[in-house]
Amino acid sequence: METRELTCIQCPIGCTLTVTIDGDAVHVTGNSCPRGEAYGKKEVTAPTRTVTSTARVRGGKLPRVSVKTRTDIPKEAIFPVMKAIRALDLEAPIQIGQTVLPDAAGTGVDIIATKSVEKE
Amino acid sequence: MEYHKLVIIGGGPAGLAAAVSAYDAGVRDLLILERDERLGGILNQCIHNGFGLHTFQEELTGPEYADRYVQMVLERQIPYQLRTIVADISPTRQILAVSQAQGAVTIQAGAIILAMGCRERPRGALGLPGYRPAGIYTAGTAQRLMNMEGQMVGKEVVILGSGDIGLIMARRMTLEGAKVKVVAELQPYSGGLKRNIVQCLDDYDIPLKLSHTVTQIHGKDRVTGITISQVDVNRVPIPGSEEYYACDTLLLSCGLLPENELSKSAGVSLSRITGGPEVSDKLETSVPGVFACGNVLHVHDLVDYVSEEAARAGRNAADFLTNGAETAEHVTQLRGENGVRYTVPQRLDIAHMEDSVTVRFRVADVYRGKNLVVYYDDKQVKKQKKRILAPGEMEQVVLTRQSFQGLEPVREIRICLED
Repeated sequence: METRELTCIQCPIGCTLTVTIDGDAVHVTGNSCPRGEAYGKKEVTAPTRTVTSTARVRGGKLPRVSVKTRTDIPKEAIFPVMKAIRALDLEAPIQIGQTVLPDAAGTGVDIIATKSVEKE
Repeated sequence: MEYHKLVIIGGGPAGLAAAVSAYDAGVRDLLILERDERLGGILNQCIHNGFGLHTFQEELTGPEYADRYVQMVLERQIPYQLRTIVADISPTRQILAVSQAQGAVTIQAGAIILAMGCRERPRGALGLPGYRPAGIYTAGTAQRLMNMEGQMVGKEVVILGSGDIGLIMARRMTLEGAKVKVVAELQPYSGGLKRNIVQCLDDYDIPLKLSHTVTQIHGKDRVTGITISQVDVNRVPIPGSEEYYACDTLLLSCGLLPENELSKSAGVSLSRITGGPEVSDKLETSVPGVFACGNVLHVHDLVDYVSEEAARAGRNAADFLTNGAETAEHVTQLRGENGVRYTVPQRLDIAHMEDSVTVRFRVADVYRGKNLVVYYDDKQVKKQKKRILAPGEMEQVVLTRQSFQGLEPVREIRICLED
């Protein structure tokens, strides 16, 4: 049995959650609403995050374009995805929302541009 | 002299939302003046997500949120001028705008909306001891260098202050391969949002040391290390508590200050607490026809509230241009007390108010289980139990016009915390 302490981020109260993992059974205490319980369970079983970063652009009005994962990715994929973003070498123009890297680091999630970069 | 009905100083989130709502309220002769090379303001460098949950019911990054408003401005063909610095505003609403393209131009405005945003508290204002080597940045400067210009500012980092930008930069630098060794916070609580503490520090095992401050900066040419010490209840460093961290970079995230040099030249009276203009429920400053919104008025936690407030400023400026100044027969003062540090607006004209007015404020400390109470003179009109209140999160109460019925004239509205 494993016990973890987490801070709930579903609202500003920030309850301290105690999550116990016993095989397949996950039990949350310290929460004051159902959202806290759901958050606690997800955080210990399948935590996910959106990754945002920037990628190099050539020939644009800006030297970098901001990017993000289109949806959340598993937390353990954050650094592999960052590595894939760092390897990007893009060409202007880039449109906001455009896919700049499909299926980043085998997550099945695309990297998309979050701003437009016009040609210089 | 050039004339425009409405001139908006600043093309960040506040200026954009104000322009859109003034246009939608019928103002056609308007102009946005922006000093940077693109619209969107600070959002352009805030590449992280978490923006827009209130405004668009989805989670956007800063540049995406800015783009939504830029598109609204473009659709309406609202004129804007980039790379233009406003050097002066007179109490008679004359604006001196300077740009490379046009030189110095004086513009007479029928109304002005101040939307210049805020600045970071710099090292000089913090009284930090030690040398003055390279490698000391405000968190926002580091953010701009990294996210806009693609320059890494350091490899081993100590951060002073746990404001949101500092927390965001702790994660950003970690993702780019830097080692963030510690975040020191002078207060016994963090000034940042909870989700940022969890997702920017806890996720990467970056320690947050509350009640700690920098007591020595080491290094002559470049930062070589930082000493931090624990502070007592009076924020005085405790001898013997020093800890040394070898690092090449110190980031400062120690608060934001509304940028009101232009407001001062216009004769606008400023609040000593917010650092921003004192405004009416119309968001009008002490100078008739000059309105203020966004971080120039008071520092916000969420951009969504900036947009909402700025839209109100835009509507009210349009109303001023159509109907002229309203002469208030009676002005009701708003006051924060017992832990409520300030209110925005600071005054209310009940006879001419909109159906409801949102009053925003911040509290002085972390409070649990307090009641948020509103008084109209001696009459208690609202009492709301609050499980938690924290200085990092902006609070609000909504006052309706109806609630004043039969009570006029109200001399003073007090918002306070009680047990």
